[in-house]
Amino acid sequence: MSAYVHIRGSIHRRLITLLLIGAAFLAVLLYFVVQSVARQIAQESHDNILIASATSILDNASVVDGEIMIDVPYSAFSMLGNASDERVYYAIRLGREFLSGYGDLPVAGLEEGSAQVFQSTQFRGEDIRLATLQRPIFLGSEAGKLTVSVAQTMDGQRKKLAGISLVSLLIGVSFFLLTALLATIAAKSATRPLHRLAASVSRRGPRDLRPVEAPVPSEMAPLVTSLNSFMLRLKHSLAESEEFIAEAAHRVRTPLAVVRTRAETTLRRVEKPENRETVREMIRAIDESSRSAGQLLDHAMVTFRADHLEQQQVDLPALVLDLVESLRPMSELRDVDLSAAKLEPAVVIGDGILIQNALRNVIDNAIKYSGSEGQVEVSVHTAEQTATLTVTDTGPGFPDDPDNALLKRYARGDNVAGIVGSGLGLTIVDEVVRAHDGTLNYNNKPGGGACVTLSFPCL
Amino acid sequence: MRYLILSLLVIVGVLGPVKAFEIEEQSRFGAAETEDVLRVLSTADLAFIRPMLLPFLADNPAIAVDYTVASSSEVMKAIFEEAQSYDLVISSAMDLQTKLANDGLAISYSSPATEALPGWANWGDLVFAFTQESAAIVLSTKAFENLPIPRSRQELLSVLRQNPDVFEGRVGTYDVRKSGLGYLFATQDARTSETYWRLSEVMGLLDVQLYASSSTMINAVVSGELAIAYNVLGSYAMNRTDQEAFTLVLPSDFITVMLRTALIPVTAKRTDLAGLFIDHLIAQTNAAGPSLLQLGGSNGQVDENSLRRIRLGPGLLVYLDKFKRRSFVSEWQSAILQD
Repeated sequence: MSAYVHIRGSIHRRLITLLLIGAAFLAVLLYFVVQSVARQIAQESHDNILIASATSILDNASVVDGEIMIDVPYSAFSMLGNASDERVYYAIRLGREFLSGYGDLPVAGLEEGSAQVFQSTQFRGEDIRLATLQRPIFLGSEAGKLTVSVAQTMDGQRKKLAGISLVSLLIGVSFFLLTALLATIAAKSATRPLHRLAASVSRRGPRDLRPVEAPVPSEMAPLVTSLNSFMLRLKHSLAESEEFIAEAAHRVRTPLAVVRTRAETTLRRVEKPENRETVREMIRAIDESSRSAGQLLDHAMVTFRADHLEQQQVDLPALVLDLVESLRPMSELRDVDLSAAKLEPAVVIGDGILIQNALRNVIDNAIKYSGSEGQVEVSVHTAEQTATLTVTDTGPGFPDDPDNALLKRYARGDNVAGIVGSGLGLTIVDEVVRAHDGTLNYNNKPGGGACVTLSFPCL
Repeated sequence: MRYLILSLLVIVGVLGPVKAFEIEEQSRFGAAETEDVLRVLSTADLAFIRPMLLPFLADNPAIAVDYTVASSSEVMKAIFEEAQSYDLVISSAMDLQTKLANDGLAISYSSPATEALPGWANWGDLVFAFTQESAAIVLSTKAFENLPIPRSRQELLSVLRQNPDVFEGRVGTYDVRKSGLGYLFATQDARTSETYWRLSEVMGLLDVQLYASSSTMINAVVSGELAIAYNVLGSYAMNRTDQEAFTLVLPSDFITVMLRTALIPVTAKRTDLAGLFIDHLIAQTNAAGPSLLQLGGSNGQVDENSLRRIRLGPGLLVYLDKFKRRSFVSEWQSAILQD
């Protein structure tokens, strides 16, 4: 009964995908931000040490007797060695004249007015960080500029930065994982009302068309409103068709019953044999019409109810006994011996009214085709979670029917031309059995007569 | 002598590979016919290196060692200016070794042995210390017959001040202008304690004798020429046979410790052999005790806290600075020469 649903995409998946894309973007951003901040801090602290070193050299420069004396303090370089095993280069220059240190160390382009400058450059094939500090110095009457450059290789810092990169990578990845987890939870929580609504709707019985009253998030209000109004319309339309069926049955059956009664009264009054025969044929035609109308209505009802199958516990033996009792007058009228002998206890889940209707049609047919002095037996048999209703008669049996053509609407066996019938009986039975996931079998007994079995899954 | 060497250099320069720097000794050890020759340039004389070299050759009989001895400044000249090809450079001049490494003239080397070294014995996987040698005070046994043996620099000061007649002209120390090691010891002393300057002034007042090497100083003490030699390399004194003529004192206030170091220069051809020898030197040092080989004194009975190991690293470059050297030497001169 589950109808095909055209599915494209998933809200849950789309939500997670969007959140994950956002998280990935933020994680990458975080990675770069942490890294660049750490890089900057490392660079700044390194620069501070370099400039402290240069300052300590410059502070120990003095002019004695018109000559520059520079007492480079031990700490000027040892403070650089404290941090790492980096190489240290320095140069002391007066104006453009090189005084001491490494003469080939790059000269920093100090702008006018600025006292210090930092450079990342290369020296002797290695990356270095170069800090340059300048101050004016007075040699007698001349004013000069004393420049101290201190540089250090970057190996250790590069290693440290690699470590920082790793840490920021870990931060980024853990941020992403955490956000992924939160995204999953969020997506689940966001779609939960939908699932809850779906579950509550599909949990309902086939006749439960009450509007949804449980509170739902505002986004789902339009959907629930439409659903409620849709269900309301459905309820109306269902009520109408049920009413119609009942009304139609009433409208057709009652006049027919009146006509039949009149015909029977007439029959008693008419004495001419040819007239009596005519009236009898009238009565048989009325019966047939009444039966056909009943079967049409049955069929309509079966179609309707099978679409919304109820799930009740149906006691098969009780149902059989009821039915046999109600059909006994009809069978006696036709001199048919109707019996229900072997009734094993069996309970199936389904619509009792439908099952009863189906069985009624089978027994009805059996009585009809058995002819007078015939015998119809109904039995219930249970085996391996299958309950089987068997109806046998002593009639002419079924014609050869390899294509199950008899199950089609309005189809009739070609060996029953003399008996009136609508061709709807087996169709109804088949629909009912299939609605209950059961099987319908019909064949002929070896000794003559038909045998119809209805099998249902049972508890 | 100088002219002789100069003319020799000229001849060598014409005839064969240039050996512009001055070689003191050269010797070849180990296998005679072999391709595996380790060429070592060192400041340590053969007598010093032999006990370390022979076990190495015993372990590696297929290797020969070509061992060249030169002064620390000549070693520097050979590598720094002339780019002579040697596989290993061993020197007691820590500052010059540091400069070679700092200026990118050393090759990085790493092995389980070098990684096991304490931090102070390994600078940037470039310079490896394999001995610790202390600066000691050597006293003439005879001169101190009736005097208390000074155990610290303060005690030495008071002995000198109280007995100027005994010590006039009989105190010796390094001439920092002529000896790299003397300069290293003096600068480290001055960095550690102000006592150094007081001591220098007192020694200057007593007409201090200046020397260029530890062995000549010890010889002077043994001969009775000197009563006190200050800042003598303890390892030189310890290896002597005439121990009864002098007393070796490791001052209790602090002991300046020089590290003898090895590095592989960029000109090395057999870095594999050089690495092997470095590992051997480190292993032998460690086998000799708690890495206090050649420290001197009463067999390791030295308080670790009083040790002032000269730190390998850029700090040593300070004393190589032209200005620093000039100002230190001028200060030293004014203290010790009293002029």
